[in-house]
Amino acid sequence: MSWFSSKSKPAAHCEAPASGDAILVDHITKKYGEFTAVDDVTFSVHPGEIFGLLGPNGAGKSTLIRMMTTLLPITSGRALINGFDVSKQADAARQCMGVIPQALTSDIDLTVEENLSIYAKLYGVPAEERQHNIDDLLKTVDLLKWRNAQTKTLSGGMRRRLEIARGLVHSPKIFFLDEPTTGLDPVSRVAVWEMLTEIKNRRALTILITTHYMDEADRLCDRVAIVDHGKLVALDSPVALKASVPGTNVIEAQFLNAPADWEEELKKLEDVTSVQHEAANMYRILSSNGSKTTTELVELAVRSNVQVKSLSVQNTTLDDVFVHYTGRQLRDEQVKAYSFVMPDRPGMRP
Amino acid sequence: MNRMWAIVERELRKFFRSPALMLVAMVFPLVQLIVLGNAFGGKIKQARLGVVDQDRGTQAVKVREALAAVESNAHTFTPVPYDSDKQAMEDVRNGRLDGAIVIPPQYSRRVYEQNHPRIALVVDNTDNFMSSALEQQLTSLVDALNQPDVDPSRILQQVSLDTIELYPYIEYMKYLLPGSIVLAMFVSVMIGGGMLYIDDKARGVHEGYLVTPITKFELVAGLNLAGAIKAILAGVVITVLGALLSGLGSVFMPQNVLYILLLVVATSVAFNTMMFLMMVRVEDPLVPRATFGILNTLLFFPSGAIYPIKAFPAWLRFIAYIDPFTYAVHGFKAVLLKDAGLVAIRADLAYLLVSGAIMITIATALFKRTL
Repeated sequence: MSWFSSKSKPAAHCEAPASGDAILVDHITKKYGEFTAVDDVTFSVHPGEIFGLLGPNGAGKSTLIRMMTTLLPITSGRALINGFDVSKQADAARQCMGVIPQALTSDIDLTVEENLSIYAKLYGVPAEERQHNIDDLLKTVDLLKWRNAQTKTLSGGMRRRLEIARGLVHSPKIFFLDEPTTGLDPVSRVAVWEMLTEIKNRRALTILITTHYMDEADRLCDRVAIVDHGKLVALDSPVALKASVPGTNVIEAQFLNAPADWEEELKKLEDVTSVQHEAANMYRILSSNGSKTTTELVELAVRSNVQVKSLSVQNTTLDDVFVHYTGRQLRDEQVKAYSFVMPDRPGMRP
Repeated sequence: MNRMWAIVERELRKFFRSPALMLVAMVFPLVQLIVLGNAFGGKIKQARLGVVDQDRGTQAVKVREALAAVESNAHTFTPVPYDSDKQAMEDVRNGRLDGAIVIPPQYSRRVYEQNHPRIALVVDNTDNFMSSALEQQLTSLVDALNQPDVDPSRILQQVSLDTIELYPYIEYMKYLLPGSIVLAMFVSVMIGGGMLYIDDKARGVHEGYLVTPITKFELVAGLNLAGAIKAILAGVVITVLGALLSGLGSVFMPQNVLYILLLVVATSVAFNTMMFLMMVRVEDPLVPRATFGILNTLLFFPSGAIYPIKAFPAWLRFIAYIDPFTYAVHGFKAVLLKDAGLVAIRADLAYLLVSGAIMITIATALFKRTL
């Protein structure tokens, strides 16, 4: 009876097959009625790598991570965590993974150490190992001197570090983090990145994170999967993904008095690989030679009596990768997502 | 089962670290006990009774003397002389008087003639309690007036009823105490097992539990056990405080302590499992708050804590018979007010524990192991 015992009896430690992928997601789909939240996604995560799921809010990242972490039933397909099928060997899979949800869910009334201790017991960590694990983790996340402080007295960054320690208290092999730096200030975000990298190296962890921050995915992840509308649209290392986008530089320029065929004129410039007309006379130009294209662009504007209002040149980012594969900017999607959620203010004009 | 104890530990640590909410939960039944116990427990005193004497004969004087005797001794009412019966009735209507007695013309003469002498009592029957009290007092007074001057009991064959009271007089506050104890446990369960459970769910705390290898039963049993322990603490505290407030010494008799503890445990188990079953699929934190008043009315009032179940219509009796409150209140009344033994409460204990077992079984079946 599944009420009282697991289909696979959970051990105190993750006992996983020695070889193979750390995570295997095989044609996984999640449907809510007619709506498909995750659509036939397949990928694998190698042991010891940091793997990122990058996409805007509502892309299906959290649904995907929740299916992998046994929180949501899978409509079709399968997910293996360290060789254990999350649908058939859920408890064995749970023992192998640490999960940090998007929200801060540590008990604010309990102390830092009590939070860790409760979760160590929930994971069945033997009493003789518990204290050693907690001490080691508190040192790792730099909360040793706060061990007896109530969680409600901690800052947001410290609470996030506590959550990271909580997810590792049973020494998992795979660590899932759902948007781990959302809501943190830039300094705390960098601190979390450095901490995760160090923990991964020290504990030989495999890490899967979801994020909508391009810089986070770029800096932290060995490989990145771009998710959009429930589908996986690209998967590779950040370097390879950026290289896959035609052009090495992105020029963002805003013009005044641009003629109707201005986009076509820009496309004729040498070394330009693509031009995208965005809102408010803003053009996004990909070029294999940024400095030369910039000069030519200014000359063209002078010749055509078009005023250049603003101009910026930068290297290709994951945002450009997202634009390349989806036709939209990641940050625009985020704005859309927020504007969808936020209700109109009374008396607000359209 | 270690995982279940981890859930219990977490809940109790939170409870003891921040007990304000639970203390507030105990204040409500205590306030109810003190206010209702004092408000409903007393007898009517110093009601204003208009007296219209249109006879002014010797027998009317006898009536007025009897009224004055009540004023001096029982203090039920204070007679206020009136000249006009219309004015007296008007003052009863507008609330200046609580009632009025009218001694009609020719009253004395009719008494002497033994020709159906009558006295009228005017009452405001929108206030049942006051009108019943005045009617009862004046019926006794009239019965006394009807007694012959010489006691004929030795020669008359009249049947009289002598009431034998099994227990000493129970003040209303003591009568209310069993209901208040049960209510305190219900409020504790409503907050600890209902509101806080749903709040934790909404905050994502349960998401943290669900990714661990804890089984469904361990999780449900842990949450219920923690809720029951909090309710037991509330029950014990309110029993002691309530007993001290109402002066009910029987609570502290050794054999009663055991029976009270048994009842507190069984009631806590039944209430907590009932609440968990109601909330097991609820996601919205507003739901337990919105249903609090409804559940309180639906479960507490039909339980016999305030009014006897035998006076209820059939549909309300049905609610009373399935309501765990009824068995808890019955059990506590038996022990606290009657010093009854295990025989008197074993059916109550059995109902509470069996219904608790059934409810936790259903709740576990309904509990979702996923989001």
